[in-house]
Amino acid sequence: MGKFQLPDLPYAYDALEPNIDAQTMEIHHTKHHQGYVNKLNKAVEDSGADGSLEELLRNASKHSTGVRNNGGGHYNHSLFWKVMGPGGGGAPQGELADAINAKFGSFDKFKEEFSNAAASRFGSGWAWLVVNDDGLAVGSTPNQDSPIMDLADFKGEPVLGLDVWEHAYYLKYQNKRPDYIANWWNVVNWDAVHENFKKVK
Amino acid sequence: MAFTLPDLPYDKTALKPFLSEEAFDYHHGKHHNAYVQKLNANAEGTDYESMALEDVVLKSYEEKRPAVFNNAAQHWNHSFFWNCMSPNGGGAPKGKLGEKIAESFESFEKFKETFATQAAGLFGSGWTWLSMHEDGKLEILPLPNAETPLVHDQKPILTIDVWEHAYYIDYRNARPKFVEGFWDVVDWDFAEKQIG
Repeated sequence: MGKFQLPDLPYAYDALEPNIDAQTMEIHHTKHHQGYVNKLNKAVEDSGADGSLEELLRNASKHSTGVRNNGGGHYNHSLFWKVMGPGGGGAPQGELADAINAKFGSFDKFKEEFSNAAASRFGSGWAWLVVNDDGLAVGSTPNQDSPIMDLADFKGEPVLGLDVWEHAYYLKYQNKRPDYIANWWNVVNWDAVHENFKKVK
Repeated sequence: MAFTLPDLPYDKTALKPFLSEEAFDYHHGKHHNAYVQKLNANAEGTDYESMALEDVVLKSYEEKRPAVFNNAAQHWNHSFFWNCMSPNGGGAPKGKLGEKIAESFESFEKFKETFATQAAGLFGSGWTWLSMHEDGKLEILPLPNAETPLVHDQKPILTIDVWEHAYYIDYRNARPKFVEGFWDVVDWDFAEKQIG
């Protein structure tokens, strides 16, 4: 058994229907995410890279491409599953809502900016809400780069992430990435996002 | 003159079972078409509008205009890709291309193996190319997203699209199976014509 393990999904594969279909969730979790975990284990074995997942990523520039790509894939997907859930959607409350309003003007303005970042990421990648030196910030990264990587061109501590690789939406949405993004807001677990925010603010 | 979506050089059922009709409906009818539409939208009212597609690719890359480059290059790449495949394809390259491949990669089998490994291993979205340097030397070139050998002063000879949208309908996450099936439809006559 390898050092890194695929986490269970915190809900059933069909829990995010109809916004994200069960087949997509199952392939995404058991094939794509599992693939990153397997290849990460091989990459750390082959290179002798040592440390926790977070330590590896924060020092990604010192490690192999295999550690960067697969470690990023493992980390990003683990976060992604947790920021979604059945009964999600709506709007954030409390201090996260205040921080979003203060930074972006309103929740709708924030959604628009985040959705644009997700829609305009060309090729494969992720859209993010992070906390960095500017406070809350919205941006995107290519492929499986994570904002916590020292070599990321958009850096910060992730609060919310959205996978815009085609595998995340192709079976249901095909070429219509903007529709996937619009419906994804219905499954965002704002309680979990708020917890992330409290840890890093 | 606006850029236009070319017809497929064969019926969209012609490459079954390698690719389904549905795959072509999306890949050609939606994805390729969207690149053409977005290219036109971004080129409108600029010098790019009246240029040949290949020149748009080269100039927008040089000028770092991603909204033009990405769509122009994807239009070029897809147009080229459709022609790299044929219902009468498969087999092995003949003539000058066959000789050059054997020279550059030891054998056709070795070439296939390396090309397939690169195509399967390209991380994220992109294309894997067989390309030719000015001195005639062949190279296998995996490139991200819309990037093409044209911007590296190389001539495209053959390509496979490994964006997930190229295979997800028929193969899901199994990219290596898609790459394996590609060999059955490769139009080696078209590739041979590219080396000039």
